[in-house]
Amino acid sequence: MLYQFTLKPMTDVKIIEIKKSVFADNDKDADALRSELKRRGVYLLNLMSAPGSGKTTTLIQTLNRIKDRIKVAVMEADIDSDVDAVKIKEATGIPSIQLHTGGMCHLDAEMTRQGLDNVSMDGVDLVILENVGNLVCPAEFDTGAVRNAMILSVPEGHDKPLKYPLMFTVCDLVIINKIDVMPYFDFDLEKCREYIHMRNPEARIIPICAKTGEGVDVLADWLVAEVQNWKQA
Amino acid sequence: MHELGIVFYIIRDVKETALQNNVNHVSAVVMNIGEVSTVIPEYLTDCWRWAADKEEMLKGCELRINTIPAVTRCDTCGSEYDTVRYGKKCPHCGSDDTWLLCGNEVEIKEIEVT
Ligand SMILES: Nc1nc2c(ncn2[C@@H]2O[C@H](COP(=O)(O)OP(=O)(O)O)[C@@H](O)[C@H]2O)c(=O)[nH]1
Ligand SMILES: [Mg+2]
Ligand SMILES: [Zn+2]
Repeated sequence: MLYQFTLKPMTDVKIIEIKKSVFADNDKDADALRSELKRRGVYLLNLMSAPGSGKTTTLIQTLNRIKDRIKVAVMEADIDSDVDAVKIKEATGIPSIQLHTGGMCHLDAEMTRQGLDNVSMDGVDLVILENVGNLVCPAEFDTGAVRNAMILSVPEGHDKPLKYPLMFTVCDLVIINKIDVMPYFDFDLEKCREYIHMRNPEARIIPICAKTGEGVDVLADWLVAEVQNWKQA
Repeated sequence: MHELGIVFYIIRDVKETALQNNVNHVSAVVMNIGEVSTVIPEYLTDCWRWAADKEEMLKGCELRINTIPAVTRCDTCGSEYDTVRYGKKCPHCGSDDTWLLCGNEVEIKEIEVT
């Protein structure tokens, strides 16, 4: 390893200087995984949200709209049991592999790589990772994904981007879900857009209702175009 | 619990450094933790105690935390100000064109060995 060590004698204790970010190793692993996936032509999307914002429901709606256009696989890390994996299989026919995070609050690049080793990647264009439901930790650990997406649901409030700045900074796509319940909450979509763009001026914002499927066509078309453009680039 | 994951990373790096330097016991680890890094120092030290004591090399090893103040710089008027107090908006000119200069660190500064 390439750290600089200085050994300074101080009474009887020696100090070894490290001066290294705790995330440095993971960032390196993530970059390596990203290049490997690029070589293999597999687009990895990291989907994050707070628990219950609608990751699984949105996935099901999206998969049914894209599965005839591109080949997709799913990795589940949201909860340790396989309920989400079973739900997705039943609703879309797409098998997903279940990652066991052992109660960890996030996935890192190494865990993601190990998960991908279990996905049969033959001809797969897109792998979607349903990350652990949490808005803090997954934002700090780069998984090696090409893009990060997150779901903010209406009941959580339009000021979430102010409270969880890092999550909104790292996300390229923000899906605003549960727009069907907008009349019952004082959710201000324009304010929400403004706050998201304060964190990331480039972020794409797509409002949907995963329950009825409203808006999901936009999301599905965006995703298919993304994958195709990336493969050609 | 996000601090526990971070503790595992620290342990991995510290053990690696200790082995390279032929050290068999580490008595303290000094961390630089930024004020807006989202790491909660008390949680970190609690997780540390639990996890470090399971490692022969780190039994009783103390985790010391230097807090790094968060400072934001404004590109409109050039001033630097306290992030925790004023947030994203510059208190001098009201601009949003600001960025975090420091305060996001989660860094192992050094270790002490005896
Ligand atoms: N009203 C409403 N409920 C939704 C919508 N999308 C998901 N839900 C509900 O929210 C709950 C959590 O959804 P789920 O997809 O399991 O969230 P996850 O934990 O992020 O995977 C379930 O009860 C869903 O039926 C939506 O667009 N509108
Ligand atoms: Mg789920
Ligand atoms: Zn200013």
